[in-house]
Amino acid sequence: MLAYLLRRLLYAIPILIGVNLITFALFFVVNTPDDMARMQLGVKRVTPEAIEKWKAERGYDKPLFINSQAQGTGVFTDTVLFAKSARMFVGDFGRAEDGRDIAREIASRMGPSLAIALPTFIIGLFVTVSLALLLAFFRASALDFWGVVLCVALMSISGLFYIIGGQYLVSKLWRLVPISGYAAGLDAWKFVILPVAIGVVSGIGSSARWYRTIFLEEIAKDYVRTARAKGLSELTVLFRHVLRNAMIPILTGVVVVIPLLFMGSLLSESFFGIPGLGSYTIDAINAQDFAVVRAMVFIGSVLYIVGLVLTDISYTLVDPRVRFE
Amino acid sequence: MIFFRLALFIVPLLLAACGSEQNDPYPASERGGNILYSAFTERPKHLDPVQSYSEDEGVFTAQIYEPPLQYHYLKRPYTLVAASAQAVPVPRYFDAQGRELPADAASETIATSVYEISIRPGIRYQPHPAFALNRDGTARYGKLDRESLQGIETIADFPESGSRELVADDYLYEIKRLAHPRLHSPIFGMMAQRIVGLAELGETLQSEAKSLPADTWIDLDRFALKGVTVVDRHTLRIALAGKYPQFVYWLAMPFFAPVPREVDRFYAQPGMAEKNLTLDWYPVGTGPYMLTENNPNSRMVLERNPNFHGETYPCEGEPGDREAGLLADCGKALPLIDKVVFSREKESIPYWNKFLQGYYDASGIASDSFDQAVRFGAGGDVALSDEMRAKGIRLLTSVRASNFYMGFNMLDPVVGGMAPNDRKLRQALSIAIDQEEFISIFMNGRGIAAMGPLPPGIFGHLDGEAGINPVVYDWVDGQAKRKPVDVAKRLLAEAGWPNGRDAKTGEPLVIYLDTTSGGMGDKSRLDWLARQFAKLDIQLVVRSTDFNRFQEKIRKGAVQLYFLGWNADYPDPENFFFLLLGSEGKVAKMGENASNYVNPEYDKLFGQMKDLDNGPRRQALIDRMNRILQDDAPWIFCFYPKSYTLAHSWLYNRKPSDVGHNSLKYQRLDVGERERRRREWNEPVLWPLFAGALALAALLLPALFYYRRRERASART
Repeated sequence: MLAYLLRRLLYAIPILIGVNLITFALFFVVNTPDDMARMQLGVKRVTPEAIEKWKAERGYDKPLFINSQAQGTGVFTDTVLFAKSARMFVGDFGRAEDGRDIAREIASRMGPSLAIALPTFIIGLFVTVSLALLLAFFRASALDFWGVVLCVALMSISGLFYIIGGQYLVSKLWRLVPISGYAAGLDAWKFVILPVAIGVVSGIGSSARWYRTIFLEEIAKDYVRTARAKGLSELTVLFRHVLRNAMIPILTGVVVVIPLLFMGSLLSESFFGIPGLGSYTIDAINAQDFAVVRAMVFIGSVLYIVGLVLTDISYTLVDPRVRFE
Repeated sequence: MIFFRLALFIVPLLLAACGSEQNDPYPASERGGNILYSAFTERPKHLDPVQSYSEDEGVFTAQIYEPPLQYHYLKRPYTLVAASAQAVPVPRYFDAQGRELPADAASETIATSVYEISIRPGIRYQPHPAFALNRDGTARYGKLDRESLQGIETIADFPESGSRELVADDYLYEIKRLAHPRLHSPIFGMMAQRIVGLAELGETLQSEAKSLPADTWIDLDRFALKGVTVVDRHTLRIALAGKYPQFVYWLAMPFFAPVPREVDRFYAQPGMAEKNLTLDWYPVGTGPYMLTENNPNSRMVLERNPNFHGETYPCEGEPGDREAGLLADCGKALPLIDKVVFSREKESIPYWNKFLQGYYDASGIASDSFDQAVRFGAGGDVALSDEMRAKGIRLLTSVRASNFYMGFNMLDPVVGGMAPNDRKLRQALSIAIDQEEFISIFMNGRGIAAMGPLPPGIFGHLDGEAGINPVVYDWVDGQAKRKPVDVAKRLLAEAGWPNGRDAKTGEPLVIYLDTTSGGMGDKSRLDWLARQFAKLDIQLVVRSTDFNRFQEKIRKGAVQLYFLGWNADYPDPENFFFLLLGSEGKVAKMGENASNYVNPEYDKLFGQMKDLDNGPRRQALIDRMNRILQDDAPWIFCFYPKSYTLAHSWLYNRKPSDVGHNSLKYQRLDVGERERRRREWNEPVLWPLFAGALALAALLLPALFYYRRRERASART
């Protein structure tokens, strides 16, 4: 297993370099260092000298990819690409273009993001798996039919509608929780409850349908018939046998998203005024803040790779036949 | 049974939780406090006075920093009064030989203007650890390193703080900071041309910065600034090259707010920047408020500066202020509110609803809630909707010190040029584009059709017949009436484009509008604009692009027609007319004249006008300049925007101001009234909780029943 993990980590290095390279190229196709300087300095009364000074101070006066004026390794290292990327691989994200420490910003935003994402994920998983098992249990009945209709209806509605509708009903009409905002610590509950509920409800449709399909496929297998023939109750069959054997496809979709929970949700955080990571990248793109964009893309890539590795590990836990060899 | 027990536990819990105002987004400890609640959409980029320039930042910096001057809160037109200064300084003029000249000396004879600013004694800074001293008088936190900063996360974590008196030297220090190469002050380039010695200081500091490792502290005291002298502890003298009467307006901006050197040195210590402990994050000033919480992703809190120096509420204003109750607090010590909480609201829906629930004390009006808030009477008069009036909400309107225009690139061979025919094409388009219709359809009436570059409230703007643009309007029955399209068609034909086609080749006239998407790029607006051009059989082609490319095209002069606006830095006609000055040409000089308009006569008149005091002579020059611009038509004057603000009944003394942002200290709250209203408006509705629980039970019970029946059923044969 250790060798496998080491191999996966080594694979990750070229992936991360590639992601960084693509991010860099895409960013600078759209934004030149001059544009970045203008965005930071404002558009009023900015002189060309001020722009040059800003670039020089932040190292954007160097060539982007290759420095033909430099000698030796300087051809590659004395460039914006190297200067802005190398330290990231040792966990130093540096400062945003407005001078603020990126690692600190990420650390302070991660908590609020998790406060929404984690309960949404756990409760959502519990509710959707339970509902899918329920539908599978009542398969081919009126309950199953209307349950699927409800799922299709739920998944057909835009996420934005859930948010605006939820805010309208729960916060505006019924005045049960604040419409937006956030507080640290235990006081967070009244701000978190609505976005979590909306996150759970908006995710039910697609997930429950997907899990139902998986469960129905399992239910048709011989071992289930054998279990029933042994006289086990339907609940025992579903929870002890069907659910366990359906775990691999469920884990494929679920475990990989666990690390990405740290990245937050753009829409929810924006509408509910949650100061999380969801909007950090978008704000940075709008502000042409390359330092933040590259850091967030890098972290996203690392988390995704971690998610994939965790998924592989989880396979071995639920299915002893899976081996890393 | 389990469900029943659970319900027994949960229902009382829910009932207890759902007391009144369960939707209150603020901590219970703040209830009843003299706290103003407001919101911000964009996080401020800079709070350092040397860098901060945008209005979003001014909302905070103007309450914290105290430049020498400020605008009178109530008087209109905007009037400068003293803030930390004893009085508004009157410049003294000197010729090249250093001889003093009379106040009315001709501008060309003036080599130097000297402003002597006397600071009021006894003004003290807000409490801050940078001022904390040891018994021997040395700085308590003057020798910090990364290790000693462990456990320190915010400024409030420093156990000790201090204060000291504001002195003239602090202003000198801040003016030097304008030239600091690492601070990138947006006005350095402009001020370097004005303040004697600032350009040289900038060059010296630049070479000093290059010789030092990045982030090394540069001690500005080691470098002299020739044009600024500390006369005594409370007097500062600033020498400017030539005559620049607009300088006093800059003295009312945070750029000229004092920065104590010990604060600058405090923040420059190792490990501070990594913890965001910078002046840019935790500003320090002598103003009425101090920033005690800075989380620009969520909320920013200003609290009363305990050392604020006894300023009182004004006792005079403009006509109507007394009737509006704006003089009721005459003579009261400022600020009138203890604390201001700004919450970040990125979306307009939650912002609006929280205002309606009483959780924000004032709000603007977004387009999607405009109809809910405001209605127009038969005569076009604006009034609040019944819903707003029932809540006691007041509507405050004002015309902003801004203008919006569509500019022609005068370097363009089709729409540019100064020949009579070139002018006629632009004049025809100025007539054809119906700004009144645009304001009505797309701005909910929140604007006034522009007649020239100067908005109302700025000296030189004239109302009535004298102020109309005679190229575009006629004065009919006491009102400005846009000329008929036939006049535009005739002008177009005279320009060599009869029926929108080249008189020689028959080629159709195609005009390209460069715009950024999301601004004028909204499809419905552009469709409307295309229809305006179609009135003259001119084809409009829209080239939408991103902000960077748009700016690049403007810089290179690669546009024909563009849409822009300008917010006044200060309320002087110079600040609008300079946008069309030849020496400000975007392509030639990288200035602010995006139309690259050059008219020597206009430039000459501008040179005379900018140095004059407001009066008939200046008005005459402005009238002449307006006439030139209306004839040459380098811009299609679009509109002056109006701001609409809603304020709850418990918020007093709120008066819109476009140039002075330090208005929080004047506002007052009736907290009791707010508490009553909030309780009344936010009684929770509980039945949906019970209905939801019942619905869930109604769904689960049949399932349970079916399950049990199925489990008990015998196998079929």
